[in-house]
Amino acid sequence: MHSLSNPAIWYLMRGSGVVTLILFTGVVVLGIATTMRFRPGRLPRFVTLGLHRSVALLAVVFLAIHVATAVVDSFAKVSLAQVLVPLPSAKYGLFLGLGALSLDLIVAIVVTSLIRHRIGQRVWKGIHWLAYASWPIAFLHAVGIGTDKASGWFLDTAVACASVIVVAVFWRLVALRRPYPKYLGASS
Amino acid sequence: MSAVAISRHWDEGGRLLAAVDHGPMPRFSRRELLAEIEASGLAGRGGAGFPTAVKLNAVARAPGRVVVANGTEGEPASAKDKVLLEANPHLVLDGAVIAAAIVGASEAVVAIGRADRRVLKRLLHAVAKRSDHIDVRIETVPDRFVTGEESALVHSLEGGPAKPTLRKPYERGILVQNVETLANVGLIARYGAGWFRERGTPEEPGTALVTVLGAVRRPGVVEVELGTPFRDVLQRVGGLTALPQALLVGGYFGTWVRANDAIDLPLANAALKPLGAALGARTIVVLPHDACGLSESARVARYLATESAGQCGPCVFGLPAMADALERTDVGRLRRLAPQVAGRGACAHPTGATRFVASAVDVFADEIERHRRGRCRGANHPPLLPVGASPDWR
Amino acid sequence: MQLRLNPILCDGYGHCAELLPELVELDEWGYPIVAREPLVRRLEPAARRAVKMCPRLALSLEKSP
Repeated sequence: MHSLSNPAIWYLMRGSGVVTLILFTGVVVLGIATTMRFRPGRLPRFVTLGLHRSVALLAVVFLAIHVATAVVDSFAKVSLAQVLVPLPSAKYGLFLGLGALSLDLIVAIVVTSLIRHRIGQRVWKGIHWLAYASWPIAFLHAVGIGTDKASGWFLDTAVACASVIVVAVFWRLVALRRPYPKYLGASS
Repeated sequence: MSAVAISRHWDEGGRLLAAVDHGPMPRFSRRELLAEIEASGLAGRGGAGFPTAVKLNAVARAPGRVVVANGTEGEPASAKDKVLLEANPHLVLDGAVIAAAIVGASEAVVAIGRADRRVLKRLLHAVAKRSDHIDVRIETVPDRFVTGEESALVHSLEGGPAKPTLRKPYERGILVQNVETLANVGLIARYGAGWFRERGTPEEPGTALVTVLGAVRRPGVVEVELGTPFRDVLQRVGGLTALPQALLVGGYFGTWVRANDAIDLPLANAALKPLGAALGARTIVVLPHDACGLSESARVARYLATESAGQCGPCVFGLPAMADALERTDVGRLRRLAPQVAGRGACAHPTGATRFVASAVDVFADEIERHRRGRCRGANHPPLLPVGASPDWR
Repeated sequence: MQLRLNPILCDGYGHCAELLPELVELDEWGYPIVAREPLVRRLEPAARRAVKMCPRLALSLEKSP
């Protein structure tokens, strides 16, 4: 592949990476909110699920841009194989591999969701639970790789995302202990 | 919760319980056997009363793989299947093997509840003495109320919990038949449809095993001709020990009927239908005048709630709500609950429970009034209707 | 065409009642009561959306018996 040495590609790669992390944080929170039967104000509950899917789609688009620019950029020196297969590398240690791993998991989750009706509830659910693994792996990739880790704005963003996830997951775990029906009450 | 011991003695004699050697197995073709069952008009003796020939046909077309003899009898007030298996295991096994031949199955399984060691021993002993051309084995399953439901039974036999599934066994080539039904198959195959129809009524031919409990001298299992008047059935168990108030007909998915309304009726679905009742699980509980039908029903309603498989929302929430409302004598609430609960589960559990509760409210209306004024006619009467323990689902 | 509910899979999310209020009502515990009438052509797109959106895949469209 003919790599481009254009600093714009480099910035696009990092920028889209941050946006992807923020968007996937939103996806996880919206997914938990769906399970919790959350109603956004007076809007119907299916809106939460609809947002979960729409934001996921948007996140996938930004993820694609992030991956494509990483491969194409000459400075990053990332091969297509490294993007898909999680392995440690000389340049990035474990952190590129973590990115590849989270990409694989996300692809599995998205694909199974698109063909959900064909594979049945049980299989779909089993794969979808990997989302709880894919986010921390993506997060580690984001904070461990690259040169922005020390920068204030990136650190703030990362901390904000992590806090939101912790609160959402805690909310979910607390709900599990309630007797049947789980979550926020059944009607209305 | 006190359990009322069910007497295990039975009235000897009759077709099903008599320990008669019926000789070698009949050698007829599948088509001949099926035609004979069809001509006999045999209907299921497990509770649903479905025409046996129709079921055999459906499974044969699937095609048939396994025959399951359902001897689980999860109904606490019923003992007829256990009694039959103890008295005449070979007749049931004959029926299972014949049914397997009809549907083209290569194996037969007799399923019984885990708790009854006596019946298990008897069955294992019987199987050991046989040499059938198909594989026959005995399996035990958890003793829960819904274990007797066909799909729940198959679910348990296949390694899962004893909970109903949406897909029914006959769709998968699995014939599930009550042990009494199979015993009748064993007899019809030998003596013919004509012989079978000598007893009973033209619409409901044959004999039936009935469990009778409550205010009778010798509670237990009897074999009676279908169409026998209730009065005579009660005589067979030694007659009444007290003035009867009401009868619970058909088990805990059945209905209460006023004693005066039922006593002269024949024991048949056709006669019971106008009263909103049916034979169901073939149990009759006689409630004496000094017992409280409302308290008994409330206890059973609570039991039915704990026996929900917990898979369908309307059952999980509706049944405890109905038990609460019945205890509080909140008839209005019960009326609002009924359409939200009945028919909304994957099996008949919520429907049967709703039917039972509705009949209690109808028949014990005056007792409801009495309870609201702080009184109860059965305050000194010990509990009558038995409820089981609730063991594990696996 | 008829809308069919699997009560075992259903977990009372209630999205179907929001998407198809003409045919689906919720009981007091949030579980759907699906009307047994055959599906009118006008409601078919909404019904398909309800089937697709159910988080538990508890709804399906079947040929009327």
